[in-house]
Amino acid sequence: MTARTARNLRRISQVVFFLIFLWLILKTTFEVSFNPSDPSEIMLPYPVSIALEFDPLTALATLLSTGTLYEGLLWSLVILIPTIFIGRFFCGWVCPLGSLNNWVSEIGSERKSRKGTRIVESNRYKKYQRIKYYVLLVFLGGAITGVLQVGLLDPLPLLARSLGTAVLPMLHTAALGILGLCKDTGFPPIMNSAQFAYDLIAPVMLPFRQAHFHGIITIGLFFLIILVLNRIFTRFWCRAICPLGAMLGIFSRYAIFGLKKDESSCDQCNLCLVSCQGADNPNIGSKWRQPECHLCLNCQASCPKGSLKFTFFPNQKATKANPVGTPKVDITRRKTVASVVGGLALFPLFRSGDAFKVNANPYMIRPPGATPEEDFIARCIRCGQCMRVCPNNALHPTLLEAGLEGMWTPILIAKIGYCEPSCTLCGQVCPTGAIAELTMQQKVGDKEVPPNRIGTAFVDRGRCLPWAMATPCIVCEEWCPTSPKSIYFKNEIITDSRGKEVAVKRPYVDAALCTGCGACEFACPVSDRPAIYITSVGESRSTENQILLKKKPSPPQQQT
Amino acid sequence: MKRREFLKKTGQAVALAAVTGGTGLVFHNRETATANAPIVKSVDFEIPPDKSLPPVVLANNTDPIVALNSALDAIGGIKRFIQPGERVTIKPNVGWDRTPEQAANTNPLLVGEMARLCLEAGAAKVIVTDVTCNEARRCFLRSGIRNAAEEAGADVILAQPDDFLMTNIGGELLTTWPVLKHFIHCDRLINMAIVKHHSLSSCTLAMKNLYGMIGGRRNQLHQQIDQSIVDLASFGRPTLTVIDATRVLLRGGPTGGSLDDVAIENSVICATDQVAADSRACEFLGLEGNQVSHIVLADKIGLGSLDYRSIGYKEIA
Repeated sequence: MTARTARNLRRISQVVFFLIFLWLILKTTFEVSFNPSDPSEIMLPYPVSIALEFDPLTALATLLSTGTLYEGLLWSLVILIPTIFIGRFFCGWVCPLGSLNNWVSEIGSERKSRKGTRIVESNRYKKYQRIKYYVLLVFLGGAITGVLQVGLLDPLPLLARSLGTAVLPMLHTAALGILGLCKDTGFPPIMNSAQFAYDLIAPVMLPFRQAHFHGIITIGLFFLIILVLNRIFTRFWCRAICPLGAMLGIFSRYAIFGLKKDESSCDQCNLCLVSCQGADNPNIGSKWRQPECHLCLNCQASCPKGSLKFTFFPNQKATKANPVGTPKVDITRRKTVASVVGGLALFPLFRSGDAFKVNANPYMIRPPGATPEEDFIARCIRCGQCMRVCPNNALHPTLLEAGLEGMWTPILIAKIGYCEPSCTLCGQVCPTGAIAELTMQQKVGDKEVPPNRIGTAFVDRGRCLPWAMATPCIVCEEWCPTSPKSIYFKNEIITDSRGKEVAVKRPYVDAALCTGCGACEFACPVSDRPAIYITSVGESRSTENQILLKKKPSPPQQQT
Repeated sequence: MKRREFLKKTGQAVALAAVTGGTGLVFHNRETATANAPIVKSVDFEIPPDKSLPPVVLANNTDPIVALNSALDAIGGIKRFIQPGERVTIKPNVGWDRTPEQAANTNPLLVGEMARLCLEAGAAKVIVTDVTCNEARRCFLRSGIRNAAEEAGADVILAQPDDFLMTNIGGELLTTWPVLKHFIHCDRLINMAIVKHHSLSSCTLAMKNLYGMIGGRRNQLHQQIDQSIVDLASFGRPTLTVIDATRVLLRGGPTGGSLDDVAIENSVICATDQVAADSRACEFLGLEGNQVSHIVLADKIGLGSLDYRSIGYKEIA
């Protein structure tokens, strides 16, 4: 195989893996055309979160934070073990965020047309590339204490979250906007072709319902910054920040595959540096750095003299002109210790504040099946899969509702969407078990098993129509999905402002029956701030966040 | 400065000033927003009455399909309602994310059979749709209605936000309201309701089922539920009203959930008089037509007849 063929193979691999990743994100939805064999219990047809389960950093960090490797995370060994032998092939060949950074760095880049010393210099190894190792160590230090922050920067959850909750909803809004503009022209050829194009992309690209996410501004901006940085430094994210890249760099310490430089044939043209993605010094005259190399094979393909060659056991003698490459990670012992200690300090930093438990936000309503907060925060990688799959757009990335520690973890905002009683999709897609996969029986409950509760509803009597405005309503009771209903009412005759007697039904909540699904809040006609709302108290996952001394074990038989 | 240069530069500035000022004047408007005129459209899908046929028929059979067919035959058969080439919209109750056994939605067997009959009678297209309360994909799937209707050859349509037309309902209470376009762009409308308990209106039957034609802020309608039901029933006026009383939800409606609240009644009502149909159907819930205020109101304004027995009610065992 020639050097150029090998490089082209890498390019094809990048496109293929990117498309697979994108396809899985697109499929993380309840499609209209989807027809399960058993329509009474809806299960997704394939494991759409599988790409996230191949992430070795998610696997390692959740192993540290929870002491176990959840379900499909064993797949991550498929990435990690080959890395031990050949180095960071994942970064150059597989990682969808890496490929995106690669493309954004290169396509139409001014730096490429300005080849010469500036691009050569910017592609030499820089000290700041160490940052990623310290980022990794801080995160792993935190994970040991159960503070899992790795999802903020781990490229696979990061890309899943950015695409799922920011980019794709934006494209949806844009598509609807363009369609609307074209329809407003009133000119049939434009209207029809716009509708045709929309109908063509909608089944593939757009979910059934336009989603509106809560934390989109920070997620979208963060993603934009990552992409823009590529225009200043090639693959800056991969070189300097990515904790997964750092982890794979460390694991390539004993790699048996690497770059062999032949100094005798080299004429120092530096074309290898012009095209280097990892800034790992492929040129003769510097030490080649295995942990920085993405195995993109550009240097080998661009070398006009054939002086560079990737090979197994690339042992060679060091000479004055060509110091032998180093497999060592360029970090100091002192800073390593400092980083881990810094990571350990995340625990007191976050938990000495009040957001975690003592003053937890009452609107921090976790998805159904979420594990107790301590375990939840040790598992959630903020990939946003639960938010994307939720058919009601009920789950949202937080801003600071769960404290800084819980940024971008999921909460339910019932005003936007409530938790559909029979739905268990969020637990089906969670790659780390932060949301347990509930059966229908565990979700809805029956005479033996209590239902899964995410909170409790409260009536705001100052805003409720029958309580405050002498107006009949009781939509909350109509929508209440529990059986018997958790919302009951009392018939009252009250006098309105004109002295007229009005019969109203005033709602009350039976906290022993309420599951906190939020259907009442969603349906309440007082639309801006609903007159019935849910808070997290009463959630199944907590022993402390409870109101009642004892919940009724099974629903009582309602009288006729 | 040369004269030519002076004229050119001044001319450019004047031209830009003129364009700027002109744009301002052209778009100047003292109104803050302009309202869209509603589409005025009366949707009356009724067929002429036939004195020789009963306006309400109830058939009883353990097989829902047999019950539907015998009720339909007694009221004139499908050919009385559907002419070849017509576009038919069937409106079952698909309000909730429930299975057929829970009796919160219309029996899927009846919906499938009705779609099949319409196509057999030569309908050009049969659409089955509803503006659901719970999530539409789940409602249509778990109710079994999507599968039943598609197997029968009908098109199942899940409403999207831009599928609604601002329509003049022309009611006492409901004036301009968004109506799902499939209830306007069709020739025949078949309303297929289910008998359920409802706390506010005491029951949800055929007329109440027409809530599912409209979108918008439906949750406000409870404030004057009787008038809004009657307004919609006066506007909708289906060709044929079918009421599913194969399973009846006695308590905890309209959502239900517990099978303990479901009574098996094995009955199907077909009617050309929706008020009479509702008046008969509410008896499954232990009510009389004159106890249900929206039925009383509908009778009062002449929409139909509360006293269904006096107008030729027929029952088939």
